Amino acid sequence: MTEPCAIAVVDMRKRFGGLEVLKGVSLTARDGDVISILGASGSGKSTFLRCINLLETPDAGTVTVAGETIAMRKRRDGKAEPGDWRQVDRIRSQLGMVFQSFNLWSHMTVLENLIEAPVHVQKRPRAQCIEEAHALLKKVGIGDKADYYPSHLSGGQQQRAAIARALAMRPKVMLFDEPTSALDPELVGEVLRVMRALAEEGRTMLVVTHEMSFARDVSSHVMFLHQGVVEAEGPPAELFGACKSERFRQFISGQARQG
Amino acid sequence: MDPGFVVATFWRLMAALPLTLEVWALSVLIGGVIAMGLTWMRVGGSKPLAALSRGYVFVFRGSPLLIQLFVIYYGLSSFAFIRQSFVWPLLRDAFPCAVLSLALCTAAYTSEIFRGALAAVPNGQVEAARACGMSGFRLFRRVIFPIALRQALPAYSTEVISMTKATALVSLVTLWDMMSVALKIRNDTLVTYTPLLVAGAIYFVLNFLIARAFMAIEYRLSTHLRPRLA
Amino acid sequence: MLGFGAKGWGLALIEGAVMTLLVSFAGMLVGAAFGSCVAWARLSGHTIAGAVGDAYAAVFRGVPELLVVYFVYFGSSALLTGAFHLAGFEGFFGVPSFAAGALAVGVISGAYQAEVYRGAYLAIARGELEAARSVGMSRGLMFRRIIAPQVLRFAVPGLGNLWQVALKDSSLIAVTGLAELMRVSQVAAGSTRQPFVFYLAGGVLYLVLTTFSNRFFDFAEARATRGLRRMEG
Repeated sequence: MTEPCAIAVVDMRKRFGGLEVLKGVSLTARDGDVISILGASGSGKSTFLRCINLLETPDAGTVTVAGETIAMRKRRDGKAEPGDWRQVDRIRSQLGMVFQSFNLWSHMTVLENLIEAPVHVQKRPRAQCIEEAHALLKKVGIGDKADYYPSHLSGGQQQRAAIARALAMRPKVMLFDEPTSALDPELVGEVLRVMRALAEEGRTMLVVTHEMSFARDVSSHVMFLHQGVVEAEGPPAELFGACKSERFRQFISGQARQG
Repeated sequence: MDPGFVVATFWRLMAALPLTLEVWALSVLIGGVIAMGLTWMRVGGSKPLAALSRGYVFVFRGSPLLIQLFVIYYGLSSFAFIRQSFVWPLLRDAFPCAVLSLALCTAAYTSEIFRGALAAVPNGQVEAARACGMSGFRLFRRVIFPIALRQALPAYSTEVISMTKATALVSLVTLWDMMSVALKIRNDTLVTYTPLLVAGAIYFVLNFLIARAFMAIEYRLSTHLRPRLA
Repeated sequence: MLGFGAKGWGLALIEGAVMTLLVSFAGMLVGAAFGSCVAWARLSGHTIAGAVGDAYAAVFRGVPELLVVYFVYFGSSALLTGAFHLAGFEGFFGVPSFAAGALAVGVISGAYQAEVYRGAYLAIARGELEAARSVGMSRGLMFRRIIAPQVLRFAVPGLGNLWQVALKDSSLIAVTGLAELMRVSQVAAGSTRQPFVFYLAGGVLYLVLTTFSNRFFDFAEARATRGLRRMEG
């Protein structure tokens, strides 16, 4: 019997008011998969990612993480909501999310940011968390910045700290929501290097990104969303090589022109 | 201006300082607790509770404290059913009435300060906490409250200082605070300026110390905002 | 009892409310005078003037408003009496409570209005002033045509808040005997032995005054900012 997938999303739908942003998107990620999610602004890619860890609530569809499906139910006004918020918290603690705007907690040092969730949500022993945190900070290249506050770090350093914070949770899957979009061009490289190293380690990663080089060279699978629908998907060689989808080819050339 | 008289006035006023401070401290504390309740009602999600909270703030911020004080002290005691109820021992005396009135008033202003502080917490940091599986009280205690507290301090210090000034009104409901004593000295001796000036100086120093204390707290809590030393 | 009629207090309360409006308005004018002087002093860069301005603001923010009301009322009466005594007259000369009250409210309001005007002045884009100088405007002309209108426009929200504060502070003038709303409520309460009704009625009238003031200032703010580009775009 095959192992349960790391993440399985079936037929996810989401609308904001009158606008339907996701029109039935499905995705399967096995352990070790690195899936890049591409698309123009408004294609629904960030919404899709945020629906996986319930930062947005999908109107329809199921999300299954490591074999456990998030229970959903309908409210009195017809909207969907999670059936059990404790389950959601538990599943969230198995997913590590990295945000476009880093979102480090400004009143805590980098080290405190890293150990906060492991100690208070996962209830692991503090000394062990601190030790792991130091190791992770070294791994992402900011081992000497443990006692710094986020405001004292550059954008690239903050994002690497945020990645370390997600890693500190020992997540089954890592979710990246446009991790380099808010960075100055010269700082993008250091973050992509860290992400590449994680991919080579065998981490399961879902990455919403505009960085074509990452999508082409590092991912195992690429998914292209257009107006809420999966327009094209497959291994990068297939998509970037001779893609059947006209829209995707237009998209790539548009991205290339923007440099 | 006779130095001996100034000194005597000073000490008589200082004897009344404890009462002023008691009224101040109790109203700030009780008002703060009521404010937390009001803010919770406002952001909790229940529409009727939020409307009640808004109504309360409207009434207590839109009318003068003096009239609120008189409604409670003079007005409530005119009702037979209050005089016969279990709250009467409390409301019969001027001190509890004054503290209650000041507390209710400051609660309105303070809850607006708390509300603004909560709204100023960057949403991204709350999302990051949720994404780690934090929720409920833990999320509030570890992420939302610390950030909101730092936002609230400057405005809250202004409100606390307003409260020391507000205590002067209790002189009008028969309490012997510093204001009452200053007026009595003036009435007895017919010296116009000295008692009021000395009282003013004491209030001024009191407020100065409070402002400094808040600045010290703000300083300690804002290491994350200052440039790093070496 | 509350109604309008021979024994009704309704009319007296309304008159008290009008008096409250008048004395608060007078106080705001006094405060505008003091406030703009202090703002000028702090902006001018002259150290002594700036220090005096700072001291004034610190003092009147740091002492109870009630104390200021007493001080101004008793103090100005003492001054006036002294002046008349010097001129040879006997007896006590009290300053009219309206004047004393307006002065007290004004001198406190001025301490806060100074901040509002200072902030409003600093909010004017430097470039506009440079443009005015470069077309050869004199300082007086520049002040009248460019600076003052803009300061007033930026100051509207802050002044709206301070107006509400002035309305509420004016209730303290009751201790001088001025027949504004608080005093009328007090007299009515004592005379009819119905404190709850009349203090509540007074409170309701104050709420009416603040509500209409809010509407007025929202309108004024909308008109004042109609030319300004919104940053959000």
